[in-house]
Amino acid sequence: MIFDTALILDSIPKMLFGIGLTFQLLFLSAALGLVLAIILLLMRISGRWYLSAPTMVYIYIFRGTPILVQIFIIYYGLPQLEFVRDSVFWPILREPFGCAILALTLNTGAYVSEILRGGVLGVDRGLKEAGAALGLSARHRFIYITTPIAIRLALPAYSNDVISLMKSTALASTITLLDMMGIARTIVAETYAPYEIFISLMIIYLALTWMIQRSFGWIEKRMSRYVRSEA
Amino acid sequence: MGDGDPANIIELENVDKFFGAFQALKNVSLSVKKGERIVVCGPSGSGKSTLIRCINRLEEHDSGKIVVNGHELTGAVKDIDAVRSEVGMVFQSFNLFPHLTIIKNLMLAPRLVRKSSKSEARDTAMKYLERVKIPEQADKYPSQLSGGQQQRVAIARALCMNPLVMLFDEPTSALDPEMISEVLEVMTDLAREGMTMICVTHEMGFARSVADNVVFMDNGEIVESNPPDAFFEAPKNERTKLFLSQILSH
Repeated sequence: MIFDTALILDSIPKMLFGIGLTFQLLFLSAALGLVLAIILLLMRISGRWYLSAPTMVYIYIFRGTPILVQIFIIYYGLPQLEFVRDSVFWPILREPFGCAILALTLNTGAYVSEILRGGVLGVDRGLKEAGAALGLSARHRFIYITTPIAIRLALPAYSNDVISLMKSTALASTITLLDMMGIARTIVAETYAPYEIFISLMIIYLALTWMIQRSFGWIEKRMSRYVRSEA
Repeated sequence: MGDGDPANIIELENVDKFFGAFQALKNVSLSVKKGERIVVCGPSGSGKSTLIRCINRLEEHDSGKIVVNGHELTGAVKDIDAVRSEVGMVFQSFNLFPHLTIIKNLMLAPRLVRKSSKSEARDTAMKYLERVKIPEQADKYPSQLSGGQQQRVAIARALCMNPLVMLFDEPTSALDPEMISEVLEVMTDLAREGMTMICVTHEMGFARSVADNVVFMDNGEIVESNPPDAFFEAPKNERTKLFLSQILSH
């Protein structure tokens, strides 16, 4: 076969038209997912079974099923339910964009809450005891000791999850959204050149991954400045 | 309020503590008067650490009575944070907050618990950093300090709360030999100034020079308690004799 380099150079700018949507999907669901993850985490570590048990079920379901299935259930399934169509959320859920955000958020929230829990569990017990011995309340200990240390511990795994999420945004193209993946599929349908087009797409995704990695690398370095000089 | 002898800052009466089936404290009674300095020693696993960890309720005792500064620590203690804020504690592994600079380690509790102003907390912190002779390290992070320096910071951090009593849980056990003396020096100064102290330590020289009473524990029991002269020169119990011969022979 003939590998058409010109087609790659030609199609990259076209696909970049979808980068705005990819970014919207990524940032919005990352932000909402983080909020959800913190709520799930607090429920999970509350020590009350009626709060922690539902989160465990939730996490099991959303980590244990393909995100594509979750997107399809939300996009094709929910509108079948009358109370969903009657609810205040219908204006959001009738749009594929809203459905994609919802699915990505619910999915990443489950993963991230487990990542944060790992961070919280990784905080040295002695430090919490030192806080307690100084008379700090449980709330103050959590805010001023556990949280900052847990964030640093969770950061590497969290950056992985953001990269995962970025790649998952491509699945939004399966429910008619014209993100970069959606545009790529349209171009392929017109040009019958899947090889060149998808390679171009890979290049763009790799560039995004590189940017995410660099950003988190910078944040990690900043947050770890106090451990760097460890003898 | 008002349990037991008011002269006693700490009182333990027939305290038992279990970890599962293992009994870490057996019927332990101990009272500490204001200004008194107690050294607790004994073989590892004898319950020394558990004893002082019960005093600020890092461990909960299972039966018996513990009264700290008039507050009884039994059942659900509502004002435990307030009680703890009056009891300074120094740990074997320093436990400085790694994400905070030295000065912020010292300011955290006074700011949050005592509601001190920033400048007030900073002044107090600098005062105690000078007392432990490392004011120049104020803006460094704990990981940039040597073990001995970290432990002195930990002592200063506890002192910033102006505690009524200080608990030391093997404060020199994690230190390299050349750093032990700088920490003991700070502790000795503190004792000379009249601080009430309970020290779990194997530093017998320290015990001899500052302790009012040396308590020997074995198997969760207080075996013997005597002023240092009597304790070291004329130990009564066989277990104490054996322990002393082992620890003083090297």
